Amino acid sequence: MTDFTPNEMMTIAASRALTSKDVCFVGIGAPSAACNVARLTHAPDITLIYESGTIGTAPDVLPLSIGDGELCETAVSTVAVPEMFRYWLQGGRISIGFLGAAQIDKFGNINTTVIGDYHKPKVRLPGGGGAPEIATSCGEIYITLKQAQRSMVEKIDFFTSFGHGEGGDHRQRLGITTKGPALLITDLAIWKPDPVTREFTVVSLHPGVTRDMVQETCGWTVKFADNLEETPAPTELEITTLRDLQERTRRAHEGGKAA
Amino acid sequence: MSKVMPLVEAVRENLNDGDTVAFEGFTHLIPHAAGHEVIRQGFKDLTLIRMTPDIIYDQMIGMGLAQKVIFSYAGNPGVGLLRRMRDAIENGYPRAIETVEHSHAAMANAYEAGAAGLPLAVFRGYKGADLPKVNPDIKSITCPYTGEELATVPAHRPDVTFIHAQKANEKGDVLIEGIVGVQKEAALAARRVVVTVEEIVPDFKGLHPNLTILPHWTVTAISVVKGGAHPSYTHGYYARDNAAYLEWDKISGDRELFAQWMDENVLKATPEAFAERIKGL
Repeated sequence: MTDFTPNEMMTIAASRALTSKDVCFVGIGAPSAACNVARLTHAPDITLIYESGTIGTAPDVLPLSIGDGELCETAVSTVAVPEMFRYWLQGGRISIGFLGAAQIDKFGNINTTVIGDYHKPKVRLPGGGGAPEIATSCGEIYITLKQAQRSMVEKIDFFTSFGHGEGGDHRQRLGITTKGPALLITDLAIWKPDPVTREFTVVSLHPGVTRDMVQETCGWTVKFADNLEETPAPTELEITTLRDLQERTRRAHEGGKAA
Repeated sequence: MSKVMPLVEAVRENLNDGDTVAFEGFTHLIPHAAGHEVIRQGFKDLTLIRMTPDIIYDQMIGMGLAQKVIFSYAGNPGVGLLRRMRDAIENGYPRAIETVEHSHAAMANAYEAGAAGLPLAVFRGYKGADLPKVNPDIKSITCPYTGEELATVPAHRPDVTFIHAQKANEKGDVLIEGIVGVQKEAALAARRVVVTVEEIVPDFKGLHPNLTILPHWTVTAISVVKGGAHPSYTHGYYARDNAAYLEWDKISGDRELFAQWMDENVLKATPEAFAERIKGL
């Protein structure tokens, strides 16, 4: 078995959740890496959509931003931004929204707006961008983030995008018809919402990870599934694909004028 | 009268202190040269509209030109935070700014409504999100046919919209290709439209007929600025200077370093400097 880092395990575990049938709205960062590893391994026909309007894109390196030129050059079609949000996202044509998060709670509600009070923030984060509508218009939501006490919290400071709210049928009560957060993949574990309470529950621990490690890096009391599984370690193909992609990306982004 | 003029004149004739102004370009074709000219001419109390404020508004806010920013993602895309904008919001430096925050969907819809001559945009959005609690401009409306509650925001109607494009022809028609973003909507929503272009060609014969996005009579002024989008990119001309975006994180993190950088690269520079900056990209 190859050595791998927790971050690599996170990206690869996330990539495995995607299939060739999916139409996926891709967030920048870890989601983008996972989606492209999926495309380069087991899901060659996956449709990747970035909010810059590029539909069915297949970049050779990971974009630094959601609008890098290569996304357009390799896309099936590129549409205007209002069309992207109106016809494609709001129109219900996207099966999976893949988001990262600065802060998340156990019901998959996400904060990327502020730490502290909105009007007098301790830290002003970038904000939601496309996330508020991605979270409610995509068929379901996958989330990926690195575990830490400060990012997995009992109560988030601001609802940038709505997950399962207070849990249970909160989405339905607001008239939201999509499934919402269905999968949380961290550097330590795979989590799925409880079918009734909608609280994220650990269903699989990555190789070498203990229950204590998951709890120590999470701000709420963690629930574990009865039949807890172990995530299969990355295969040679998966790890090579990811590392090659990251190496190509590193060279491309550092290049700038010197290239 | 020709619409083609030096950028210095195009900015001076079309922008006023206190104006509401949009600079659009979704990662691609961001009108940096126009932004720098606005900074050099030292306008005051501007209301800035932009989906992703990024470096161009970080610079204007850091130089104290803005009194209000209407936006949906205040980040340096793929890199992190906007440090000058944060300093203004968190510490009121160099001046306090008012912020009006939306989602991307709301901003895109608001431009489209402005272009369509409507007072408001209607869309399915903001459900369960906290932004409507902190932005009084976000309201809801009930569909008279189905009873569904939908989100509504006021249309964007900028006094001026600045965009960058690949080329114009001698008549002043403007062509954009690649990631087209929200520029057509932002331009048609505005009272005046200033476009910087990489080049002016005699005509558009032989090009794909759908590429012309703005007929000459919708454009107020056109200025040729080679490299005018740098460090953003112009599809077919030069690539995004990703290294410059990464470097901005360091420059903008320090007030003095920022002031020094702006002095050297903006205040003491001219629009012609952009042609140098894209060499090798």
